[in-house]
Amino acid sequence: MNFKRVWAMIVARNREFFRDRAAFGWNFLFPFLLIGGFAIIFGGQEQKDFKVGVFPCPQIDSAQTSCTPDVLDRIRYVRYLGFKDQSVGMDKLKHHKIDMLLDTATFPFRYWISDTSPKGYIVERMLAGSLNNGPPQAMRRQAAVQARQIRYIDWLFPGILGMNIMFSALYGVGFVVVRYRKNGVLKRLNATPLTALEYLTAQMLSRIFLLLFTLCILWVGCDLVFKFQVEGHYIDLAILFFVGCLSLTALGLVVASRGTSEEFTNGILNFITWPMMFLSEVWFSIEGAPHWVKEIANLLPLTHLLAGVRKIMNDGAGLTDVLPELTILTVMTLLFLVVGAALFSWNK
Amino acid sequence: MNNAPARPAIEALNITKRYGNLVAVDRLDLTVPTGVCFGLLGPNGAGKTTLIEIMEDIIPPTSGQIRYLGRPRSSSFRQQIGIMFQQTALLAFMTVYETLATFQALYSNSHTLEALIGLCHLEDIRNQLNDKISGGQRQRLLLALALINQPNLVFLDEPSTGLDPQARRNLWDIVHTIRGQGKTIILTTHYMEEAEQLCDQVAVMDKGKIIAQGTPPDLIRSHGGGGQIRLPRSSLDKIDAPVPLKYQTMENHILLETVEVNQAVGALLNAGVDLTDMEVKTPDLETVFLNLTGRRLRE
Repeated sequence: MNFKRVWAMIVARNREFFRDRAAFGWNFLFPFLLIGGFAIIFGGQEQKDFKVGVFPCPQIDSAQTSCTPDVLDRIRYVRYLGFKDQSVGMDKLKHHKIDMLLDTATFPFRYWISDTSPKGYIVERMLAGSLNNGPPQAMRRQAAVQARQIRYIDWLFPGILGMNIMFSALYGVGFVVVRYRKNGVLKRLNATPLTALEYLTAQMLSRIFLLLFTLCILWVGCDLVFKFQVEGHYIDLAILFFVGCLSLTALGLVVASRGTSEEFTNGILNFITWPMMFLSEVWFSIEGAPHWVKEIANLLPLTHLLAGVRKIMNDGAGLTDVLPELTILTVMTLLFLVVGAALFSWNK
Repeated sequence: MNNAPARPAIEALNITKRYGNLVAVDRLDLTVPTGVCFGLLGPNGAGKTTLIEIMEDIIPPTSGQIRYLGRPRSSSFRQQIGIMFQQTALLAFMTVYETLATFQALYSNSHTLEALIGLCHLEDIRNQLNDKISGGQRQRLLLALALINQPNLVFLDEPSTGLDPQARRNLWDIVHTIRGQGKTIILTTHYMEEAEQLCDQVAVMDKGKIIAQGTPPDLIRSHGGGGQIRLPRSSLDKIDAPVPLKYQTMENHILLETVEVNQAVGALLNAGVDLTDMEVKTPDLETVFLNLTGRRLRE
């Protein structure tokens, strides 16, 4: 391995990254906007999980105080939406825009739910319970559990960072190398003494540097605005992020190893990134999902990166606590590197 | 004093390249002497680029062997050759100078960048981004990249395709200069004028085989056929005796085809033919090319 050649390739790739201003800017702006958007949507007030349509109500979409009976208005996590008449409300119910439709002009109140809506079933039980004067006698409420509140944004932040790393690693290596193969840049480099190992090493090191650089800027920028709470050590986080970047970049090299069609590569990248985005708990927990879904999620490197980062950031775990995640990510990295190097072609 | 003949720069020995049922190069033998500019001509799809890329070690042959300076190519082969491909994109968001510096770092032995910039006339665009330079400038930069390691053997695959006449001649000047430095150049081209201007030796390739090889004058002599003399019909008006040569009478002119143009002109003079508006067309490489590969269009 000739490090002068590796360095030349790293510098060339980094120049491209920093000089492509549109892509460079978007790389920072996109995750920042996502976090900001989610902070606005879910920050501050409690989340309203259930939506109940109320009619008749002259004030469309604002029934919280004016059209809702007092006994129901006090129930938390329920948002009331006003409709002029039943037909409008029924239409919303059919399309699952609301979980229940309530007619407050009659007494007892008439209501409709969708047979196929689990949330409708739950809100029915909840509202019925509220109208039956307190909790069942067979239950007795105990002292409340004291726990530090983890804000949704604190839980979401590692997910957004992980997603940004995933996209940047896979597209920044996978897509770019395929484009270089298609337009002949790889062929030109192949005509020099540069070896495949040197080239791939340079791509990987360059991408990891750029990922960590982006991560730091994003972290500092978002922390200034949203004041994230980190329970564990930053050094542990940095180590885990480094190994995660390594793993996702190595996966990018597997995608980059063959092919000259950007469209096909885009399809492959979508095939990899979309399941990771939804199964690796970027946006929401898959707790309660079928066992086989969790098994698939465990095959994805982002799942282990995010699990480890959340343990450190939200629960104050140390490096030894995230050793399983670190080990899995390291094994995946080695596997991806071997497959990527074995499949790599300058031309095909 | 060593009188041993110089080893060939590169040899292709019984090379075959197949893509499925298609035979791109068919049991081909070729020897390129050291220090010459060697032209590889042929119609589209003749197998020129495939052959040249096999010689460059970019693609492997299905069978056969390539020898460099009399030996199989070693791991240092790429340190000693320069390549200008037919189609290559340049590294994005890099200036001309940065591109040269990047490629310079890939070699253990290299030109100084200033010398290379001077040789390839890149002074005015050294700080321009690669995607902001013209076609001619781009080809000069690609040529500079091919020369960056001071190679002994340079492959130029259709270097002037798509260039305007001025840019093409500018590129030829640079090729002349590097040929003058004793380097071996292997050049593929569609332009017969380019081959005549630059090449010491030429091989014509068709359907994966070499069908003729030699110096341009030799090929013209052996495959060019005769010259053509064209005269207005009025030039025969004042002669007393019949013209002592066979000719074709066209609408406004007569056409004589002859192997010995000088003797034919002498005979016409003796017969008292007015040669004031005579046009003579001697065979050239294009004639050779068309005679050898035919005039039927193929893509």
